[in-house]
Amino acid sequence: MAETRQGDARPLSPHLSVYRPLINMVMSILHRLTGAALYLGTLLLAAWLFAAATGEREFNLLNAVFAHPLGKLVLVGYSWALLHHMLGGLRHLLWDTGRGFSIPAVNALSWATIIGSITLTAALWTLGLSLAGR
Amino acid sequence: MAGYRTPLARVRGLGSAKDGTEHFLRQRVTAIANIFLVSFGILIIVRLAGADYLTVRRTLAEPLNTIALLLLILSGVVHMRIGMQTIIEDYVHADGYKVLALLINTFFAVVVGLASAYAVLKLSFGA
Repeated sequence: MAETRQGDARPLSPHLSVYRPLINMVMSILHRLTGAALYLGTLLLAAWLFAAATGEREFNLLNAVFAHPLGKLVLVGYSWALLHHMLGGLRHLLWDTGRGFSIPAVNALSWATIIGSITLTAALWTLGLSLAGR
Repeated sequence: MAGYRTPLARVRGLGSAKDGTEHFLRQRVTAIANIFLVSFGILIIVRLAGADYLTVRRTLAEPLNTIALLLLILSGVVHMRIGMQTIIEDYVHADGYKVLALLINTFFAVVVGLASAYAVLKLSFGA
């Protein structure tokens, strides 16, 4: 009964492209996108752990790949996605309690998520790079 | 007594699959666990920025770090598997492809989780 025939031209309700982007909607999309990115990002963590468990040569090789500008870009993106998804998750956990649903609160929480994730990522890399250069 | 109950009353509360809230709850439980475990994982990795191989090995092999990493791996792959399942169910409607995608999703989570756990245990037991 729940089956739909594939290929039938069925009317669709308007989707993303017809709406003016609102901050809450952008954060909702980013939450899903960062979640999907983190899914693939687990391969980076797995590779790093595996290289460390395999040997010094393999570990240094992987670190050299990570140290390449493109590798660094991927790692910055990974860390931002992680922090953004975590802050977005905190927002969702707050919503799960039934709080924060007024429009001003929703907008404030959404802006806090994106500003917070960028700030935290910058802070993390500043700390990490200063530690790496010690 | 049961004979007097309406058909609606008999099915009420059974739900369609009888476990509708299980994923919802598990996603929240792992989300809360991940807040702590991911933060701890970030601290470990930042602490190791620029460290040499032996320091990395020794740090990852510390019991507290090993246990935290194992918990992170477990909670992480459970969380990501449910999340990706939701994405697949939202966008993939053809039955064959959906089942295939869900199967690959499960395999990916299990393989990544087990491989990562293996690496952490190998580091910890110093083999």
